[in-house]
Parts: sequence; C-alpha cells; structure tokens
Amino acid sequence: MPINYPTGAIEEHLITRRGVGLFDIDHMGQIEIAGEAAETFVSHMISAKVSDLVAPMARYSLLLNEKGGIIDDLFVYRLPNSWWIVVNASNRAVDLEWFRSKAPTNVSIIDRSDDTYMIAVQGPRAIELLDKISNTPVSPIPRFCWANISIEGIPILFGRTGYTGEDGGELFFPAKKAIELWEYLLECGESFGIETKPIGLAARDSLRFEAGLPLHGHEIGIDINPIEAGFKWACDFEKEFIGKEALLSIIEQGISRKLVGIEVFGGVAREGYEVATADGVIIGRCVAGMYCPTVKKYAANAFVNPNYAKIGTNLSVIIRGQPRSAEVIKRPFYVPVYRR
Amino acid sequence: MAIDKNARYLESHEYAKPEGELMVIGISDHAQAELGDVVFVELPNVGKELDKGVVFGTIESVKAASDLYMPISGKVVEVNEEVKNDPSLVNKDCYGSGWLIKVAPTKLSEFESLLDAESYGTSIGEV
Repeated sequence: MPINYPTGAIEEHLITRRGVGLFDIDHMGQIEIAGEAAETFVSHMISAKVSDLVAPMARYSLLLNEKGGIIDDLFVYRLPNSWWIVVNASNRAVDLEWFRSKAPTNVSIIDRSDDTYMIAVQGPRAIELLDKISNTPVSPIPRFCWANISIEGIPILFGRTGYTGEDGGELFFPAKKAIELWEYLLECGESFGIETKPIGLAARDSLRFEAGLPLHGHEIGIDINPIEAGFKWACDFEKEFIGKEALLSIIEQGISRKLVGIEVFGGVAREGYEVATADGVIIGRCVAGMYCPTVKKYAANAFVNPNYAKIGTNLSVIIRGQPRSAEVIKRPFYVPVYRR
Repeated sequence: MAIDKNARYLESHEYAKPEGELMVIGISDHAQAELGDVVFVELPNVGKELDKGVVFGTIESVKAASDLYMPISGKVVEVNEEVKNDPSLVNKDCYGSGWLIKVAPTKLSEFESLLDAESYGTSIGEV
C-alpha cells in the first residue's frame, strides 16, 4: 500500500467520503481460532463480550496483557465453527505468539494471513457498488455482521465493517484472486458511474483519525491502558479476561492522563509534540495530528493531565519551539455515518 | 517535472523569479511533488527584511514539515494570502497562483549565483 496514489492523499480522503475508496490492506493479519474450548478461550483472551456473539456477528475488541496494556486491537468475527480474528499487520507475530502461549491443547490457533487477501471497500456508495456485482445483495447485512458472498465467482467473506467512518465493507478472499478482484472493482465502479479509486496509507490514516478510530502505536499501545484511552466500553467487566484486574485497579486509583482531541490554530501538530496549558506548563503530548480534509481542521489527539481534558479548555501545542493556541474539542471530529 | 525557465533556484528547491523590480519566491514543481499535498504554509509579515539562506517560513504537507529558505536577500512587500487560505495552490500551480512571497531584492547580484533552470534540472536528476 503506497502512501498515496497519483490522485493525492487529500483527494483520496474526499473520494472515500463521497464515492468509493478501495483499500489494499492485505498487510492485515487473520487468525482463526477453533476447537472445543475456543469460545471460553477467546472470551478469556479479549476484552469484549463474547458470550452473546453469535454468527453472523462481528465485534471490535482489545487484546490486553496482565497489566492492562493494549497488545493490539482487533475485530472478531463469529463464524459458524470458529472465531476469525483480524489484527494489525505490525502486531501479527506478537499476537499469534500471545494466543499460542495461552492456548490449551483443545484450541487451535491458525494463521490464515498468507492465504487470505483483504480489500476494504468504503464510502457512501460502496454498498450500492457491491450490490450490483455480488451474487447476493450486501445491503441487507447489518453493520458489524458478515456474510458469504461471491463476486465474479470469487468466494468472499464480506464483513460490514471498516476503518474510515463510512459505510462499506471488508472483503476476505483467496490471495491468488487479489489482482483479479481489485481490477474488477475498479472497472465496475467506472462502468456503473460510481466514483471508485484506490486509496493510500496517508488517506487511510486521515480517514480513521477524523472518525475517531484508534491506531495502535498512537492512541492505543502496549504502554497505554483502555481507561485513559477511552476504551472502557470495549471491555466487558461482567466476565473474566486477561487484564481485567489491572483495569479495575486503574479505575479505582484514577488515571493520570487522558486522551483528548484538540484543534490547533496556526500549524500542524504532529506525533511527539508537547501540549501545554495556556500559561506554558507542559501537561501532555500529541500521539497523532494532521489536517482533517472533511471537517477542514488542524487537529491532534493527545494524552494530557485529566484536569485539562474538558471540552473547551484552552491549551497550546509546541510546534517547532513555538507555542500555538489549541482547544480541547469533541471526538470524533467526524461522526461515523453508522453512529449518527 | 516543470522547471520555470524565468526562475532561478536553490538546491533546496526554492525559486526566485523576477517580476518588474520585485522577486517572486516559491517552491519548484519537483519540491511540491516530493512533498505531496500541502496543507499549511506559514509566511513572514510584510516589511520583514530577510537575508539569503535564512528560513522565511514553513511548509507542511501531509507527510512532513519543511523549512523554507530565502533564495535572495530582500524586504517582503507582499505575501500570498490566497495560498495561506488554500495551501493546495502550491501543488496546483507552484510557479503561478501558488507563489509564496514577493520581495524587493537588496542584493540583486545574488540572483546570478542561483542555479539556472538547466543546472537545477541537472541537480534534481532531470536532463
């Protein structure tokens, strides 16, 4: 996946918000967990509620260590006889090792990443496009559910999921059909008059950033816990899971920093830049920052002292030695369509 | 990549182009392409006197922030307000509507020491 295609990062972002963006995301990892005790195992390993997750549902979750640090975030799809877990490329090896190190003998952990290709089809016209070319319409499939479909005879696991804040889906299919399907999707977009373009990494990042979706290594990470990052909702405290005790203790003690969204006036705040009070006292640091093409704002996500986390608080960001005024604003900067 | 033959260049890709008594300053087509989509420019105020080689502003793209260096000494007489409001003009028309500042040169002889279009082309690997 290139940083951008010849279209350019900002235009790619805007196309995904008005037409269809195609994302070549084969780098994502897929881990299948099966076996007699798979449900108990998955439920123990991940933070989200699993007991009510029946086929064809899918759900966002965190993978925590005993300290409550976030090893990765993932999507878990409940298949009829197994659990299909989609993880970040950079954490695939670590995740696999983590699952394998904890798995009892009656649970199998299978790395499906090499055989599985993954393309995301995202945007307000994505479902319209897929409906025209799928053997069975995808529009009746609810958000966060999946179905088996086929396009041009290629068998596809279609998830009504994504990472852009737009409607659309993610397609899992045999890796050897990758080029064929990619080109077919582009051709069909053109022939149906539905604007469809390949989207690069820079726009993938700005789309997810604007929509308030986390990126591991930034808003979440091994040294970040879900409470300070605002992901308590992704943890089911009714069940037992790795990291739960640590989280309960963090909740009891209170957090020392909190993830906030800030609008920055007079520059682009980037990862690592310090955040200060209006008087210049350093109170935190940016974990991501950029120009948001849809809402037309310069914004950043930062971990700050919780006393300065209230919306409307005036802050500053130190941009190359110069304090620039900033204000805590509501996240997400762009409300995902499926949350309106 | 387009190289404006009326302009002269620094190896760091800023250009100076005569316009009457003034010099128009911007960045080359090669530079804008390398930067990718420009999202923010910070420019000096009118009246500021700047020597050749000093940082006169910053240009931020989707990828990174870069300093802007003066290709020629002079006093700022005009700043492109349109490009501040719509930084994408740098990508669309770097030698035209995407110019950055205009200066009244104080050492005009410096212009001759800049890279001409041909030498600049060679320096960026274009023949």
